Amino acid sequence: MDAVKKELTRKSKASRQDQRGKLISLACVTLIMLVVLSILYMITSKGLATFFENKMSIVDFFTKQVWNPSAKPQALVGALPMIVGSFSVTVLSALLAAPFAIATAIFMVDIAGKRGRKILQPVIELLVGIPSVVYGFIGLTVVVPFTRTVFGGTGFGILSGTFVLFVMVLPTVTSMYVDSLKAVPQFYREASLALGATRWQTIYKVIIRASIPGLLTAIIFGMARAFGEALAVQMVIGNASILPSDLVSPASTLTSVLTTGIGNTVLGTLPNNALWSLALVLLLMSLVFNLLTRFIGKKGAF
Amino acid sequence: MLETKRKEKSILTFPADREIALETNNLQVYYGDNHAMQDASLQFPRYSITALIGASGSGKSTYLRSLNRMNDGIARVDGEIMYRGLDVNADEVDIYQMRRRIGMVFQRPNPFAKSIYNNISFPLREMGIKDKSKIDGIVESSLKQAALWDEVKDDLKRSALALSGGQQQRLCIARSLAMSPDILLMDEPASALDPISTHKLEMTLNDLKEQYTIIIVTHSMEQASRLSDYTAFMHMGKIVEFDTTENIFTNPAVKLTEDYVSGNFG
Amino acid sequence: MNAKRVDKIATAVIYLLVGIVILILVALLGFILITGLPHVTWSFLTSPASAFNAGGGIGDQLFNSFYLLFLTLLISFPISLGAGIYLAEYAKKNRVTEAIRITIEVLSSLPSVVVGLFGFLLFVVQFKLGFSIISGAIALTFFNLPLLTRNIENSLNGVSNLQREAGLSLGLSRWKTVTKVVVPAALPGIITGIILSAGRVFGEAAALIFTAGQSAPVLNYANWNPFSGDSPLNIFRPAETLAVHIWKINTEGIMPDASQVSAGASAVLIIAVLVFNLGARWAGNYVYRRITASK
Repeated sequence: MDAVKKELTRKSKASRQDQRGKLISLACVTLIMLVVLSILYMITSKGLATFFENKMSIVDFFTKQVWNPSAKPQALVGALPMIVGSFSVTVLSALLAAPFAIATAIFMVDIAGKRGRKILQPVIELLVGIPSVVYGFIGLTVVVPFTRTVFGGTGFGILSGTFVLFVMVLPTVTSMYVDSLKAVPQFYREASLALGATRWQTIYKVIIRASIPGLLTAIIFGMARAFGEALAVQMVIGNASILPSDLVSPASTLTSVLTTGIGNTVLGTLPNNALWSLALVLLLMSLVFNLLTRFIGKKGAF
Repeated sequence: MLETKRKEKSILTFPADREIALETNNLQVYYGDNHAMQDASLQFPRYSITALIGASGSGKSTYLRSLNRMNDGIARVDGEIMYRGLDVNADEVDIYQMRRRIGMVFQRPNPFAKSIYNNISFPLREMGIKDKSKIDGIVESSLKQAALWDEVKDDLKRSALALSGGQQQRLCIARSLAMSPDILLMDEPASALDPISTHKLEMTLNDLKEQYTIIIVTHSMEQASRLSDYTAFMHMGKIVEFDTTENIFTNPAVKLTEDYVSGNFG
Repeated sequence: MNAKRVDKIATAVIYLLVGIVILILVALLGFILITGLPHVTWSFLTSPASAFNAGGGIGDQLFNSFYLLFLTLLISFPISLGAGIYLAEYAKKNRVTEAIRITIEVLSSLPSVVVGLFGFLLFVVQFKLGFSIISGAIALTFFNLPLLTRNIENSLNGVSNLQREAGLSLGLSRWKTVTKVVVPAALPGIITGIILSAGRVFGEAAALIFTAGQSAPVLNYANWNPFSGDSPLNIFRPAETLAVHIWKINTEGIMPDASQVSAGASAVLIIAVLVFNLGARWAGNYVYRRITASK
């Protein structure tokens, strides 16, 4: 009897294993936390250096139109052209993609039979996975000449960027919206049809209404992807850091200036710090998009 | 007769010379604010089968699961669960050692997604038994005890998930037996089984009580009366009556018990 | 207008929009495969790139892409597995866990160029690793961690609680129950997730431009000593991947056949993504059948 008692009160191998396992897995989570915090910290401190070390004006950064951080004697860091460029391509491509994504998602969930979905689903998934440089390459060889011929100008510019991003975000928005349409309970549809509503009335008044939070989340997710996309946009936008006056002349985005510029500036100098300020704007915007989807997710059901 | 039926509660206690394998004293279980088990005091004599019966939600599974602390993290437990002179919930008790001695078989068969052989050998190896021939011996003897050996001895390498429900449940019993426990807790082990498998399972349990103390939660009163030596009837989180199975089913002391076993409610 | 007319018109509009989408998809895939595939030959896949002349291949870039992918998964899988286990098995439902989840989500929503710039700052500059495979692999790891962690967490959550109870009731530690019972049972989902993430990592370029670099030094495929300069296995050499190559020759390329090379390389990338997608499905199903022993 006593031997058993002894055994029962002795700390077992299993209990040591458990402590070690919990520690190991906690360490992994902590590592990820550390990565995120150091990204936030480093980009923030680098990005703020423009204003605190180099004493540039924050107001000018957001309102002035001339971007020439290496100008002598007075450097000019007006990021407005890039901010406008980034927001233009993001909003335009989202506006363009939304109706197509809505139609495709509705088609997949409520109109096409099982077979239609079986064909479209993998294709959409494949498109989500196509690397952005491939989109950029197609943009350069197909979209830019197309824009030049149809809309005039050099072909490089916000319009081409919009087209490329439209194709890039379309599958993302579609597949996310498909998920939220699927989450609308089947009895909503049955109840509506049973009341004598047509299919479109059911879709428009019941299904879309019920899935609006999901739709918004999907669109914002698409916008976040468009806003942060670097290479595909950089390849077709023309990379001129001037405030765009129309959609077909060369412009730039935050990401395009970053990718072209970071290798050509010296770390710690104003031209380099100014680029980090652009990265900081990019980072903050991605946090804003994140907050927005979180906010909508809390309110909406599907 | 009428006199005794006015009792609200009747709990059998055992004389001091009867060896008790496990006992609870004033056990309370709470799920958040819900007081799911109240003042449960029971003794489980060694080498016997005790059935816990009662309607759904009476607290019988809750009670059973707290006996080897499967409710840790889900429910809060107060009171004593005495095993070998130790409170199972005491800090000094190593929960893993304790669970090896107080095994559990669940409502739905839950074999690991491994071969039949590995289902039994894997926990043994984790326990520190490395000797292959010793493991082979335990696998064979526990499968025999669970009356499964003859059906599976030729393909021990087959995935356990390919077995029928009844076979899977007997494999789970074999897996628990392989740890050579003192006590076997069973939470409606036959509820997912067909009548033939249930019959086999009951025969198995009948043989097992020679060596183990078995506490079984069951929905079926027939099963309780066929199988167990003692029966506890629970109602709304309280133990109403505990006695020999014969007494519970033929001459219960409490009106509520009589109503339940005669099928008037539940 | 009556409801039936509206219904007809709306349906027609939906069909039109879907038709356009399908047209775009077909044109897109068709364009890449038709212009690219004829260029994909054995010598294209194996010979080194050429900076100024026509006829260069993508051999080194292809190797770099796979090597980088391998290293990235090698680093990110164990970390994601640990983090996924923590979130699915140990984390309590409280504010700290909520904060952890939000942080991981933030990482997944960061633009890859920002992650790349951070990698550049920390590893290339601060740790003086220079443009190197290891810097690239770590940057890709950052980018891969949140997705893989979420995937593993979801796969683990998909495993029935009965399995955990089985392990715990036998006196196994929670850690052993998770690593030896729950993780194997979750394997189909985990493997699918890994392969899908591999597809993303394989095509990623923005995070690599300033970490793994944009140059492909001459490699000696006979030299397998990982510490030697021209060894393909050396993790401290710069390595241009296939995706970065496409970007580079299109933005600053001076080779005459840049667009053919890009088309060929794009076709290879697309096929790789396709293979990863199909492979993920197939491998997931295969492992699932192996585990459940169903035919």
